[in-house]
Amino acid sequence: MRKATLGQSYADGEAIVRQGEMGSSMYVVQAGEVEVIREAEDGEHRLAVLGAGDFFGEMSIFEREVRSATVRALGSAQVLTVDKRTLLRRIKEDPFLAINILKGMSKRIRELNRELVRARSGPAAGADMKGSEGRTR
Amino acid sequence: MAHRKESMRNGRGSALEGLLTAGLDEGKSRFTLEDGARIAVVGGGPAGSFFSYFMLGMAQAVDLEIELDIYEPRHFSHAGPAGCNHCGGIISESLVQILAAEGINLPATVVQRGIASYVVHTDEDAVRIESPVREQRIASVFRGNGPRGGADTSRESFDGYLLAMAAERGARVVRRLVSGVRWVDGAPRLEHPGAEGATYDLIVLAVGVNSNLTQLVRADSGPAPAASTRTTRTYICAFQADQQLVQDVLGNSMHVFLPTLPRLEFAALVPKGEYLTLVVLGDDIDQELISDFLDSAAVRRCLPKQCVPMVCNCAPLINLRGADRPYADRLVLIGDSGVTRLYKDGIGAAYRTAKSAAETAVLHGVAAEDFERHYRPVCRSIEADNTIGKLIFGTTHLFKVSSHARRAALRMAAREQGRKGRRRMSSVLWNLFTGSATYREILKDTLHPAFGAGFVWNLAASLRPGRRELKGTGGAHAQGHARPVVR
Repeated sequence: MRKATLGQSYADGEAIVRQGEMGSSMYVVQAGEVEVIREAEDGEHRLAVLGAGDFFGEMSIFEREVRSATVRALGSAQVLTVDKRTLLRRIKEDPFLAINILKGMSKRIRELNRELVRARSGPAAGADMKGSEGRTR
Repeated sequence: MAHRKESMRNGRGSALEGLLTAGLDEGKSRFTLEDGARIAVVGGGPAGSFFSYFMLGMAQAVDLEIELDIYEPRHFSHAGPAGCNHCGGIISESLVQILAAEGINLPATVVQRGIASYVVHTDEDAVRIESPVREQRIASVFRGNGPRGGADTSRESFDGYLLAMAAERGARVVRRLVSGVRWVDGAPRLEHPGAEGATYDLIVLAVGVNSNLTQLVRADSGPAPAASTRTTRTYICAFQADQQLVQDVLGNSMHVFLPTLPRLEFAALVPKGEYLTLVVLGDDIDQELISDFLDSAAVRRCLPKQCVPMVCNCAPLINLRGADRPYADRLVLIGDSGVTRLYKDGIGAAYRTAKSAAETAVLHGVAAEDFERHYRPVCRSIEADNTIGKLIFGTTHLFKVSSHARRAALRMAAREQGRKGRRRMSSVLWNLFTGSATYREILKDTLHPAFGAGFVWNLAASLRPGRRELKGTGGAHAQGHARPVVR
């Protein structure tokens, strides 16, 4: 009964951010899981499944672009919104705060590089890639 | 034991190290930390744990090997005063977000209630102010394991959680009382009751203002910080109630009171599971003032009648003016014992001062001039903001003497709820009571012509007879507790 988690509750399948929309916040998963979906002409492609402690939408903190993917709850999920202004104001006083976000982004680039190498290695490797979608971002 | 050295590092390290150390001073510090340096943190509350957590993380990032001991004799798993750090236990909206960005997410065992709105009560009316993003971004927590007699193994102390996080990163928690600091052969040494302790390269005092430890640095033996602070006494107590009752009556709201009682600045009622924590701030708070406040119409409207009164209470000191010079060679004061924010977000100030002190120690050095140059600006920034805060709280006396002004402010806030566009009064009240924004930002918001015009308009409207409208909230009335809300 105790409502002790922070953030907002999302029901299964409910969108937290939508591809193509302007964004001004990043999000941190507090409980449950969310899936990152890239919508393309040939349908939807799941890019990643994120769990408690993972963040997404951080690109909108650093650039003024539309969301590159849709993120929706996978089962019920609790997600905390982090305001761009709150974060940038704090980064101004403490640039070290950005390091943690940069570390996360760096990790994702590393994973994407691995996926790219596997995808270019051939269809067999490409088939393996489907099995690794859980942690791809 | 680390000693003076010519360069900060011996040339190894990663690109990250390069990024972190870019822009460092050309001049060398008299005292820098090198591999094997020993650091003592006295006090395992939020400031001490934040410092340790960030210090160890930054040291690792620049390939600096350090040993860090946290001296904390208390076990935060204890209920009541034995495990408590005596505070209202609110983690501000901005701090919740920043901690999440740091990778520190408070688990459900630590968060006793996610707060999504504030209800501001005056003697006559009340208004609910929703979170700007309509989500639970303020956390109510217990500093120990709940009020006296209320230990619960499913509950986790906020302070205990942070301390465990620091320990997980490599800090050694020493359950030993520290009685003083003295200088031996140019290095600070801890003293324990009846015994000499160890010597350290850096001693961090995170002891709050409710101990006199900051005064126990032996100035006759070496450099000492100018550690005296100005404090006032506050009052905190906990009520027990059925969890469903707390939910029905208070919901996920924090209730702030602006009564007209003299000497009382404001008070807040914070829901925490099956408990309610009452925090009263003001000047010379005594039992008579508390009794008058609890008997006031606003409190009687709001406090569930079925509550078991005061299962736990304390009257801790809070910091009104920070230390003049919260550092010396190899010594630094952080958190409340250094400087904190006026009346609120003390844990946010602990985070800021702790992280700034850790950054200074890792990136610049631990000499007094290093702290002066890199740590003091953060302290000064907080102090300067507190000066503006005192001005703002001074003007709230206008609301104490004028019921029309009170009604106009609440009317303006009430009419903004659910409306699109800028919610100027709601934003000011929200930021004032949640501690989410600096006092400077709040002042800036109040100086906007639209804010002034809106207030004057609502003041005029509230003076007109027949314009005032009171509506109750479903939850409160369902339980038979009238809680008028101006709409």
